[in-house]
Amino acid sequence: MFACIFVPNFPVAAVYRGEPELRARAVAIFEGKPPLEKVFAVSESAGRMGIAPGMTKAQAELCSELTLRPRSLLQESGARAALLDCAQSFSPCVEDAACDTAILDLAGMESLLGTLPEIAGNIFRRAADFGLDANVAVASNPDTALLAARGFSGVTVIPPGKEGEQLGPLPVEVLFAERYQDKQKENEQKKEVTRLLSTLDRWGVRNLRTLAALPKVALSERLGQEGLRLQELARGVASRTLVPVEEAAVFEEAVELEHPIVLLEPLAFLLNRLLEQICARLASRALNTQELRLTLELESFSSSCCTRQSEITNQKFQRTLRLPLPMLDVKLFLKLLQLDLNAHPSGAPIRKIHLAAEPARPRSAQGGLFQPPSPEPEKLELTLARIAGLVGEARVGSLELLDTHRAEGFRMKRFVPGISEVSRQKASTEEKSPVAALRMFRPPLRANVTLENGELVRVVCLKKKEVQGSVLWKAGPWRSSGDWWEREAWARDEWDIALQNADGVALYRLVHDLLGGGWFVEGSYD
Amino acid sequence: MSSAVVSTSAAQGRPFVFEDEDKAEGRPPQRVVPGLSGAFSGAFQDARLAGVTPAARLAVRPAPEMVSSGIAAMDALTGGLPRGCLTEICGPASSGRTTLLLAALAAATRRGECCVVVDASDALDPQSAADAGVELERLLWVRCGESSPQKCLEQLLRAADLLLESGGFGLIALDLGDLPPQTARHIPLTTWFRFRRAVEHTPTVLLAVERQSIAGSCSSLLIKLGLIKLGAQRNRTKEFANLSAPTHAQLLTEVEITAELVQSRLERKPVRSAEITFASKTAWA
Repeated sequence: MFACIFVPNFPVAAVYRGEPELRARAVAIFEGKPPLEKVFAVSESAGRMGIAPGMTKAQAELCSELTLRPRSLLQESGARAALLDCAQSFSPCVEDAACDTAILDLAGMESLLGTLPEIAGNIFRRAADFGLDANVAVASNPDTALLAARGFSGVTVIPPGKEGEQLGPLPVEVLFAERYQDKQKENEQKKEVTRLLSTLDRWGVRNLRTLAALPKVALSERLGQEGLRLQELARGVASRTLVPVEEAAVFEEAVELEHPIVLLEPLAFLLNRLLEQICARLASRALNTQELRLTLELESFSSSCCTRQSEITNQKFQRTLRLPLPMLDVKLFLKLLQLDLNAHPSGAPIRKIHLAAEPARPRSAQGGLFQPPSPEPEKLELTLARIAGLVGEARVGSLELLDTHRAEGFRMKRFVPGISEVSRQKASTEEKSPVAALRMFRPPLRANVTLENGELVRVVCLKKKEVQGSVLWKAGPWRSSGDWWEREAWARDEWDIALQNADGVALYRLVHDLLGGGWFVEGSYD
Repeated sequence: MSSAVVSTSAAQGRPFVFEDEDKAEGRPPQRVVPGLSGAFSGAFQDARLAGVTPAARLAVRPAPEMVSSGIAAMDALTGGLPRGCLTEICGPASSGRTTLLLAALAAATRRGECCVVVDASDALDPQSAADAGVELERLLWVRCGESSPQKCLEQLLRAADLLLESGGFGLIALDLGDLPPQTARHIPLTTWFRFRRAVEHTPTVLLAVERQSIAGSCSSLLIKLGLIKLGAQRNRTKEFANLSAPTHAQLLTEVEITAELVQSRLERKPVRSAEITFASKTAWA
């Protein structure tokens, strides 16, 4: 058995999906270059107002209740991808029959997903969840399902053996309702279709039942193989193999703006819509995402000195949000994007928003009653993003020691808590004696050092009053150097000193920079 | 109406009068409000009493779970660090505050817990942390301290709020050790109350490292670490004794730290000040 999902009036449906608030209003889609824009598609309510495809934009604008939108191929491709995702969430074998039609093979799915009417109903609801008002039909062969989906609105289930009977009342135009994205191909097809339809009309053939009843040989003599193919379709006996479409590698949604936006708040509103669409598509395929790529097409004015004219050029502003684990949470993604854009503003008005999500398998982790506490990845990611906004991106994370003797031989990296496991090997070392720690002064404190006979006698730090006093005890110097083969060579002598100050005694690490020649207090033992 | 039980509302300080019938039938007790009678009175009284628990029926707060501080002597003194409570470690420079902090972090990360250090002065030494046994991949380091002390303090408090709200950490350490006491005292007491409330009933140990105690009654445990002194006290640094040896022949190998338990609210009876001494070795010793 096969199911077909057909989205009637696809350009308008794509606009409705992008802007759901327009569903209650009359909408007309126009295309073409100004001032020769023409109405390309209209909604049902706009049609009742007398608006028809082919009218000029100026004519349509006379209707005050009409909402006009330019045709957006980006929105249409997004709607098409959503249609395929909807189909692929039910069956792995899906054919991309046209931009507004998807056919799926339901063989063997009954034991998994229920009876055929149940499956058809679920497909219909899933398409509605994706923002598409689709017709769904189930039949024993793909072409019958396709014709039924085009001809009957809502959900249709045709039992095997009753294809011809069910398709009979449909008009013959349903055989030629295919929509092409390629305009040249569409024009050629239109001519051929017009010729065939006029021929059938002259014969008095206006529905599929009449076409199916025509004698086969006579039809073949007059219309050739094409006539026989059309008759097989009308009888519901055509059979063919599906051509499955490949699964999408990246989930993308885009929106083109009529007026550029500058503020973060309206941008967040649009991002939320795009994220909802992408997450719904990912959820239907039981996928999560680990990487979100946001591309903003900016409008910038560049002025030419010679011509003294300013022209609008488009620049791209890209931000990539990498997550430590696969996640699927619209609110979290939106907040992370907002925080990221707050920290890195685009700097120019935005004309186009493109959002792509890299699909990833959901993480599988088994919790345990006796596992140590661990932050929830979603909450942690949001917290880290907020803290990064406070202190700076490079100043929050976990530590990684570098293989060097240079002071400050470490780097910050992203904090990704691994699976919490008690390190049993190190458990035995728990009772070892504590290790004296060094507290760093960043940057190191420049010090005035008094020497007597080459011995340290007194240290004074002007920047930190409490780090000054006479040297009670000292150990050193410990000389080290490195990176002499590079520009950032370093060489230094280190002392551990005890200073008598107002509070008592304190231990410090004193450093003499052998290349720069200065004295610094690097930290205190605490 | 015969009144039998008289109790006092902890919230309002007014007497409650309970009826015997209520008690006998196991119904919730009702407060008698003058001027109200009948069914309306009962409903009104039920609504008023819904959120109030008489003091006599308050359950005893369970003792918090204690975890190891990573130093056996300190555990013997305090019983460990309490989960869901604020612990203050205070002392002047070189008194061993960071040693104790890193030992606690090492113990927590060894248990498999994730820990945070919110560092007001950007003072953490990663090498010392690694030497102390801290598993660095489980340690989140928030480095404030790139601007004025007031700004750092503001960043620290906001970061602490976010981390406490996020939850899931085994230990959250607020390092105010290098902030001047007059700056640290700018933290309002309400902030510490908020932190205490946020960490309550969670498995998180909230640790504050300071020069002087600033959280007041909000801290459940206050440990004061001693200052290294020469002369009057014993030589805390063993190498100090050998002052005549040349400097290159001397090596800092061990520092002795004095810890005093100043305050503990974990027991009902007031604690007596107790003191211990423990030694911390340098990484190269």
